[in-house]
Amino acid sequence: MVDQTALLARARAAVAAVEDPEIPVLTIDDLGILRDINLDGDMVEVTITPTYSGCPAMAVIAWEIEAALTRAGFPKSRVRSVLSPAWTTDWLSADGRRKLQEYGIAPPEQAAGRRGLFGESRPACPRCGAKATELISAFGSTACKALHRCLICREPFDAFKCH
Amino acid sequence: MTTTSIAIDETPRIRSLLALADDALILGHRTSEWTGHAPTLEEELALANIALDMIGQARTLYQATGYPEDDLAYLRDPHQFRNALIAELPNGDFAFTIARLFLVAVASDQFWCAAMASDDSDLAAIAAKAEKETAYHVRHAAEWLIRLGDGTDESHRRAQAAVDPLWPYTGEVTAGIDRTAWLRTVEPVLARATLSRPTDGWMQSGGREGRHTEHLGHLLAEMQILPRTYPGAVW
Repeated sequence: MVDQTALLARARAAVAAVEDPEIPVLTIDDLGILRDINLDGDMVEVTITPTYSGCPAMAVIAWEIEAALTRAGFPKSRVRSVLSPAWTTDWLSADGRRKLQEYGIAPPEQAAGRRGLFGESRPACPRCGAKATELISAFGSTACKALHRCLICREPFDAFKCH
Repeated sequence: MTTTSIAIDETPRIRSLLALADDALILGHRTSEWTGHAPTLEEELALANIALDMIGQARTLYQATGYPEDDLAYLRDPHQFRNALIAELPNGDFAFTIARLFLVAVASDQFWCAAMASDDSDLAAIAAKAEKETAYHVRHAAEWLIRLGDGTDESHRRAQAAVDPLWPYTGEVTAGIDRTAWLRTVEPVLARATLSRPTDGWMQSGGREGRHTEHLGHLLAEMQILPRTYPGAVW
């Protein structure tokens, strides 16, 4: 008799380590999009929630999950995407926020309300830590980021959008 | 033989989902036509992101109908599309693109905010995502419209020349929402842009019933050519 709990833990570890293809410093567990993992016989069912409606990374993430499970000895898996409750940037783990910062992307403000989208406050520069920064464009290199510039060190940087 | 056209059994729910989805897909496709042509790099990224948001919204809405999303996008004929006519109009100049985006985004934003409380749990879930995205679209388009309207004589002229012919197309996008509330957002932006607000008169309609302008067929021909030519093709 195989220990189901141990099996499930092994599947979860494999899935949790899958990286975001656009921000490889973050795992999907850090991002908070991994909602649930279930074992049904030898079938692993993974539930994820999309970040942004048009995020092209979601399809890649689903393939990566299936590949990671195959490598971990679970050839049969299914990835399900659920919309509700809607993902928000508040689900980013503390570890994920720290990794983003170290990677040079300003993490989102917490408790992101609708007004937080247009934060009158500006993210601190992830390079020099200065608080004096300006928004260059609300639309950055990916759907989840905006482009800012530090007024002190003058470096442009990405900031994770509050959603 | 793989299907090249599909028939839809349009229940009232599917019909209203298709209206929303087709608005998003068709305007998303139009917006994506700017990719490679935008006036600045930042605007290139912004328009591509906005287009991506709209196409993403269309996908989740199509999924909620129960029909395969690709079939709905690629295997329907123009008369089966339920989008408002304003979405399919050609992009025109940058002022026209921005003015249209603004007028439509304000309506979408208002709709999605209300739809978060919908009894339809699929729609409520989609709304929770979409309203954050449309809020960005409204802001971006409004900032540009103000900059263009209150800019040079030429940019002002072009912005007004965009708003005027677009106005009769706005009746269709505000049909499902409170137009007075829509005007409360639109009017102050037009005023700050020093643009005159056209009067409400006769409004264009027909898109929801599948009576489209000649532009939709051309748009679909380009968008659908691959799956129509090679039925069942996969990457």
